[in-house]
Amino acid sequence: MKTVRGTCLAAVLGVYACAIGAGPLTGGSYELQDRAHAGERPGAVHWLGTDDLGRDRLVRLLYGARTSLVLAPAAALLATAIATFLGSAAALAGGRFERAALYLVDVVASTPWFFALLLMRSVLPLNVDPAVSVSITFAILGLLGWPHGVRPVAARSAAVIRSEFMRQARASGIGRMRLLRAHMVPNLMPVVAAHFWATLPVFILAEANLSLLGLGVAEPLPSLGNLMSEFRDHRAIAERPWLLAPAVLLIGMIAALQVISKKGTTSHDCT
Amino acid sequence: MTARSVALLLLAPAALIPAPVRAQTGSELRLSLRHDPKTFDPALVEEDAGETIRYLTGGVLVRINRITGKPEAGLAESWKVSPDGRTLQVRLRTGLRFSDGTPLTSEDVAFTFRRLLDPALHAPTGDAFRSSAGVVATAIQSPTAITVVFPATVASLERLLDQVAIQSARSPLKERAVAGPFVVKEYKAGTFVLLERNPNFWRRDAQGRRLPYLDAVRFSIQSNREMESVRLRRGELHMADRLDPEIFDRLKSERNLVAVDAGATTDLEMLWFNQAEQAPLAESKKAWFRSREFRQGISSAISRSDIARLAYRNYAEPASGPLPAASLWFNRKLRPPPYDPEQARRWFERAGFRLAGGQWWDARGNAVVFSIVTNASSKVHGQIAALIQQDLQKAGVKVNLASLEFRSLIERIGETSDYEACLLGLVNVDDDPNGQMNLWLSSSANHPWHPSQKSPATGWEAEIDRLMTAQASTADQRQRKKLFDRVQELVQEQAPVIFLVNPHALAAYSRDLRDLVPSPARPHLFWNIERLRLGNIEGASHARAALAN
Repeated sequence: MKTVRGTCLAAVLGVYACAIGAGPLTGGSYELQDRAHAGERPGAVHWLGTDDLGRDRLVRLLYGARTSLVLAPAAALLATAIATFLGSAAALAGGRFERAALYLVDVVASTPWFFALLLMRSVLPLNVDPAVSVSITFAILGLLGWPHGVRPVAARSAAVIRSEFMRQARASGIGRMRLLRAHMVPNLMPVVAAHFWATLPVFILAEANLSLLGLGVAEPLPSLGNLMSEFRDHRAIAERPWLLAPAVLLIGMIAALQVISKKGTTSHDCT
Repeated sequence: MTARSVALLLLAPAALIPAPVRAQTGSELRLSLRHDPKTFDPALVEEDAGETIRYLTGGVLVRINRITGKPEAGLAESWKVSPDGRTLQVRLRTGLRFSDGTPLTSEDVAFTFRRLLDPALHAPTGDAFRSSAGVVATAIQSPTAITVVFPATVASLERLLDQVAIQSARSPLKERAVAGPFVVKEYKAGTFVLLERNPNFWRRDAQGRRLPYLDAVRFSIQSNREMESVRLRRGELHMADRLDPEIFDRLKSERNLVAVDAGATTDLEMLWFNQAEQAPLAESKKAWFRSREFRQGISSAISRSDIARLAYRNYAEPASGPLPAASLWFNRKLRPPPYDPEQARRWFERAGFRLAGGQWWDARGNAVVFSIVTNASSKVHGQIAALIQQDLQKAGVKVNLASLEFRSLIERIGETSDYEACLLGLVNVDDDPNGQMNLWLSSSANHPWHPSQKSPATGWEAEIDRLMTAQASTADQRQRKKLFDRVQELVQEQAPVIFLVNPHALAAYSRDLRDLVPSPARPHLFWNIERLRLGNIEGASHARAALAN
């Protein structure tokens, strides 16, 4: 299992390295249209061919991976931070605050987030740089994706607070900050990490879904989602199987992240 | 496990399949609308979906044959237009009835025209009849004979009648009582519009059977064109027109479908800048958008031939103006503005911009950057926008693209004016200039760049208003052509709208359909809807038709 996890980690790091270094690595621009060579098959110059507007598919794939694989973890981190703060605060405060916090969770969790996302996207200013636009999209995802993490964090926090070792630690006169650092945080980590790893692929896919509707990442910036919008027809894939590259990368990355995440979610015994 | 439970398990997947996938029964024609109709009131229709429903449900006095281009008798048995184009004499067929059974008489014709030209109603269809202020006069000679006198000459009057659905003056159902081949039976917003056969439709076939042959027409509201093509291939839809070129190329190889390129249409892809006074934009941007030199610079920096070749796969022609070169009304002096970055540079300099660091800056030091909105559901529009973005980037102008869901887009264009530039298609039902009155008149709600002006904001708009009104006020076709030629020249000089390409009419339909004749004019595939049949259920349809008789 360690070998598999190691391989997955190496693959993920490799993809990240390629995505982040897309510019120097390819020496091309994701928006450059070589109109005389539009719709070409893979060849020596364009390894994955060119799209309908003559843009190099490989360059766009690497830049697209960067968009999706850098911003989705950032959004997952934001959602996890909100969930952790609210969950642990609810457990620590208890009483009315806890009830209010959990009520808020129910309300936000029952919101049809996809339509909320569409609504929020539609009121955004139009004249923004694609990079800013995509960052806003992922920020919205992060701001909407926290509710499901609150209850597990609150439950885990409550268990830690009530645990024998915490009572002993408090009785020994250990300060609050040290209690948090030495006992709370390590014991909450598995739950927090589980939420992060569970949300990450969801956010990558949410962006992909939005892009399929033409409402995700704006042209000319590529993302795995808007690159996949090219293969909605099975015969197009049979004729041009290289169109599958973004999907293969996305599936591979999500599978690898799931394997890696199993280590992150191994539970600690706090009793 | 019993035999019954095995059978249930085997049947379970079939139960999960949505209804349209299962075998189709009854002569129900299935197709899709790209968005919900904004209204079912035929006088107020102003968009494509509404026009489609009006075509199928509205009874008109005269119908233009989409193949011959000639007017044919509809509800009117005969009609006569006076030489000055002001007076219309109509003799209706006898025994006409609306779908709810109320009689259709001269009184209804009078009511329809009075309503259409009521200034308080702002009926878009009425714009073409409104060549001068004043009221329409009607003189009813009998229940089947009427004379309508317009306040001024209405050019191509009989052709305009194709868009005037006669409405009932007395029916309690108001606009839901119709005289066309179909009637709206059910509408679920965002889901479907179901039309059923109008049992009182006046027309019969050569054997005396009452038309239409079809029992019903079901429109799915389907903005996603890929999904539309998938459903067409599966047999869930019978036809689709205005196909994206990529989809059209794919459908050409389908055995159960006929894919046709019916030629260049009067439709247009176009780009315009928001010049509305009330637009919530920075004053600097409003100044750019009102600058002829800026607009001309943008026009010169766009390669129309690349749009036709790459986004339309050569199923489009570069556009010179509001009509395609094949139209009789096209000004032969016009040529598509050439792709000329050097000329664009000169225009931007004349606009007072300066080039620094590969980017244009205005006199106040603002970088020349703007956004283009377009509809998210159209892949072609996305591609055109990306091509324009690249062309303008090369010319030193940065463009941000924003794809919006169609309703949200229409709201921004029509209500809030909260956009900078818009890329959208224009639907021309007819190439007669009168069909474009609502596009060019500055007072029109559909005047793209600055709608509903109380008085023309610029001298050239006032001149276009004058020319359009004048051409609509004369029955002399040569004079009309001359006047409209000047409108086209003014539009090319001022470039309030940057015309990009005229797409071809690309369509595909099921081989089950009988008597379908594709036309480059709208509606491309069902202009003769009352005569269309579904081949596999022909017998059932005939049996029903026989019963009706």
